[in-house]
Amino acid sequence: MPRQTFVLNGKTVSVNVADDVRLLWVIRDLLGVTGPKYGCGINVCKACTSHINGKAFNPCAVPVGQLDPTDTVTTIEGLPKEVPAGERGEHGLHPMQEAWLNRDVPQCGYCQPGQIMAAVALVKKVRREGREVTEADLDTIRNICRCGTYTRIREAIREGAEQM
Amino acid sequence: MSALPQNQQHDQQHPQAEQTAGAFRLGRRRFLGFVMGGATLVAAADLGLAEPAAARIPTGPQPAELYDLNDALTDSCRPTANLITVTVHEDGTASFALPRAEVGQGITTSTAMLIAEELDLPLEKVRVTLAPARPELLFNQLTGGSNTTISTYTPIRVAAAIAKGALLDAAAIVLGDSVELLESKNGVVTAPDGSSVTYGELAARAGSPTTRAVEVELKDTAEFAVIGTPRNRVDALAAVTGRKEFTTDLDVTGALPTMVCRAPTLNGTPQRVRNRGRVLAMPGVTHVVSVDTGVAVRARTFGQCIDAVRALDVEWNPGSVAGEDDASVLAGLRAAEIPLPSVPANPLAKTVEADITFYFRSNSPMDTNSAIADVRPDRAEVWAGLKSPIVAQQRIAEALGLPDAAVTVNVVTAGGSFGRRLFFDGALEAAKISQKMGKPVKLMWHRADDARVGRAHPMATSRIRATYIGNEVLTFTQSHTSIETDFRHGLGEILTARAADLPAGLGNLGFAETIFGLTQEIPYDFGAVTQTLTESDDRFNTGSMRNIYSPDVRAAAELVVDRLARAMGKDAYEFRRSFLRNKRVRTVLETVAKEGHWGRVMPAGTAQGIAIHKEYKGASAALVEIDCRPRTVDRDIRDAVTGPRVTKVTFAIDAGLVVNPRGLEAQMQGGINDAIALALTSSLHLDDGHFLEASWDNYFYTRQWNTPPIVNVVVVPSESGQPGGAGEAGVAATFAAVACAYARATGTDPTYFPVNHRDPLAFRPKPTVPPIPQSPTNGLKLTY
Repeated sequence: MPRQTFVLNGKTVSVNVADDVRLLWVIRDLLGVTGPKYGCGINVCKACTSHINGKAFNPCAVPVGQLDPTDTVTTIEGLPKEVPAGERGEHGLHPMQEAWLNRDVPQCGYCQPGQIMAAVALVKKVRREGREVTEADLDTIRNICRCGTYTRIREAIREGAEQM
Repeated sequence: MSALPQNQQHDQQHPQAEQTAGAFRLGRRRFLGFVMGGATLVAAADLGLAEPAAARIPTGPQPAELYDLNDALTDSCRPTANLITVTVHEDGTASFALPRAEVGQGITTSTAMLIAEELDLPLEKVRVTLAPARPELLFNQLTGGSNTTISTYTPIRVAAAIAKGALLDAAAIVLGDSVELLESKNGVVTAPDGSSVTYGELAARAGSPTTRAVEVELKDTAEFAVIGTPRNRVDALAAVTGRKEFTTDLDVTGALPTMVCRAPTLNGTPQRVRNRGRVLAMPGVTHVVSVDTGVAVRARTFGQCIDAVRALDVEWNPGSVAGEDDASVLAGLRAAEIPLPSVPANPLAKTVEADITFYFRSNSPMDTNSAIADVRPDRAEVWAGLKSPIVAQQRIAEALGLPDAAVTVNVVTAGGSFGRRLFFDGALEAAKISQKMGKPVKLMWHRADDARVGRAHPMATSRIRATYIGNEVLTFTQSHTSIETDFRHGLGEILTARAADLPAGLGNLGFAETIFGLTQEIPYDFGAVTQTLTESDDRFNTGSMRNIYSPDVRAAAELVVDRLARAMGKDAYEFRRSFLRNKRVRTVLETVAKEGHWGRVMPAGTAQGIAIHKEYKGASAALVEIDCRPRTVDRDIRDAVTGPRVTKVTFAIDAGLVVNPRGLEAQMQGGINDAIALALTSSLHLDDGHFLEASWDNYFYTRQWNTPPIVNVVVVPSESGQPGGAGEAGVAATFAAVACAYARATGTDPTYFPVNHRDPLAFRPKPTVPPIPQSPTNGLKLTY
């Protein structure tokens, strides 16, 4: 069985599993990192949103064999360390997570790791385009929240962006 | 305890209900509870200690006005003389196992607040967990009807207050001062001389060698320092760091990923697996077994389960609605409708009518039906998000052929419910699979299964006929006809569940009509008001969906209120205001009209809508603004229903005594998004015996491009000192207001909801064989 190696939340991990198993199951079922959630398995609900080499992606839609040993995967568990210690907030978290806490966004909480990872990537993306997040940008977020926390998500992204 | 009744004059309008709970209730704020025998301090109260909420069922016009569903749920809790306990630990924390299910509605937070209040302990030092199935609680472990705070508000505070009393008694000995002179604050007891001792130091001393009964007086509402203040959720930190655990996150030894291959028609059953050997040989697969609901596969990863489910070649028996579609089911509903009662033959009376169809909708949450089961020959243990764990335990034991006591049912925090977790479909299925495989299993439903086979809000029609003369409304008749709503979870245990399971739906109809009668109410002075429910057709997987009947019934009624106002030449707001007979409803209506600027001039193709609702011991009103202009409706977003956009919502709620205003606001915001989905975008289409929707890009729940950019929730100060329900209270008034706004903006009288249901499908239906889609492989091309 092929040996799969990549960097997960700052540590190199290796696991024996077939190339075509999607990364989400490697992360959750084999490596026991459960922050990214299953919500559809077809890259629609975005509950598993994580980062690869600093950009948002959905591990449910990536066969693990496509990863190189140097590819860096960050889940919600590794997000705080994506910013220097001095930029972390009062809970030691990424500014976006701190904004989520400050706005008391989560209800059931199931989609929120994916929402936060998507929000961080969105803010970085618009910054690369030389601008700040607009209402129209917020409208493009596809992550589902069945509890309907969208109002506070929008507030938290604006607040988190100010601290990023 | 026989000397107590003279203190109960205030309750004499409720003599029957008082017989059991009254033994523990000594006055308006005085109660009896227990310090339990044990090594540390454990304080207890009877969970039946709810406020007797209302007068007896009246013979008056509308039962829900005086005795509503929450009174029924609360009173059903009374006879169970069973205890809930608050434990104080040597680390200075307090813990409590809540016999309810946290599904996102915030009850672990509000419960911790109640304990923090009476115990004078910081909120972060209170740990609330979810109790496993406790069969001795009988009716009192059902999470539903937005009843948790209503029914647990008093007993939880009593237990916490008793704990504080015992701590003060122990502190008096340690500090050498009398109890009356001591002050408790933030988990520390301080004497007048400044000496102090912490709860942690007192925990063991305050424990009692034997169980003893003690009296306690609760705080007056004027003393509240925690209750009524906005607090963030106690589980928010866990949620935003990924540490919050849901069923599929639990690590139970040997419980490998398991999924089920299901039939191409709803509730079809497997006849024969043609390629079991080949599937068993697939990478990672350990077991393939048939159960009544399909063919289960167990594998090393869920990805390999998906591969195996897709590879299975199964011969199926047809399901319960094989060959049926929306039109044939609606025709069946029409045939079940009873004629509206004839109106008095007054030649001057004019009539306003409506006939509105509500299509099937899904209550599927983000966290699909999932459960872990470890079934051994002589015992079983199950983990799942369950709102009726006692009946789940009893039904699972029955299915496994084990005694109830041999089945442990653990309640796990769930990723949403919306009514779905009143049932235990996943837990029962997991138990059957584990028994058949002889192995522990971690069962997860695929999203496609959860949408297509999971429970749905049933299709319904609502017909209304109102008559008026001049400025008076003479009659208002609403006849609601629905596919059966399944209440076979009963009141959470098997006795009432069996009653609901009587042949020919008779038992369930009794439940349905009781719940309808106890929740529905037209709070307007509309002369002779009647609302009736007829249900037929038990072939679908249905159940309560957030707010059960109310969103549909209220939307239909409020559309007719708008039509009456129009016919009588009145402003929609002023008309409502003048006919409302309930002061609390009138206050929230006036609040949204003022805050939301009712009547402001709007461009063509946009409009306001205003509506009210009364339920859960509270009152609510919504004023929405909608944009139905083509440039908004036709926005280009891939795989989406854009549709009309609700651009602004002003919502006011009088929820009685509010424990956590920030949590209440969150529940209203969520309910608003549910309501917008019900009105504009989300429904299930039945075709050839199967629902077509299999993805969140098929079932169009509200997305960011649909959600209102402006939402203003106003929590109105209440004259009621009694807590109300929050989890569902945001939906009905908002759905009705969006429906009214849509009608006004488009100049139409809508006859069905959601308004897009009969449009050409906005998605290409996924196949039913294989029943679940393969995961894509192009994720690395879609990074951003």
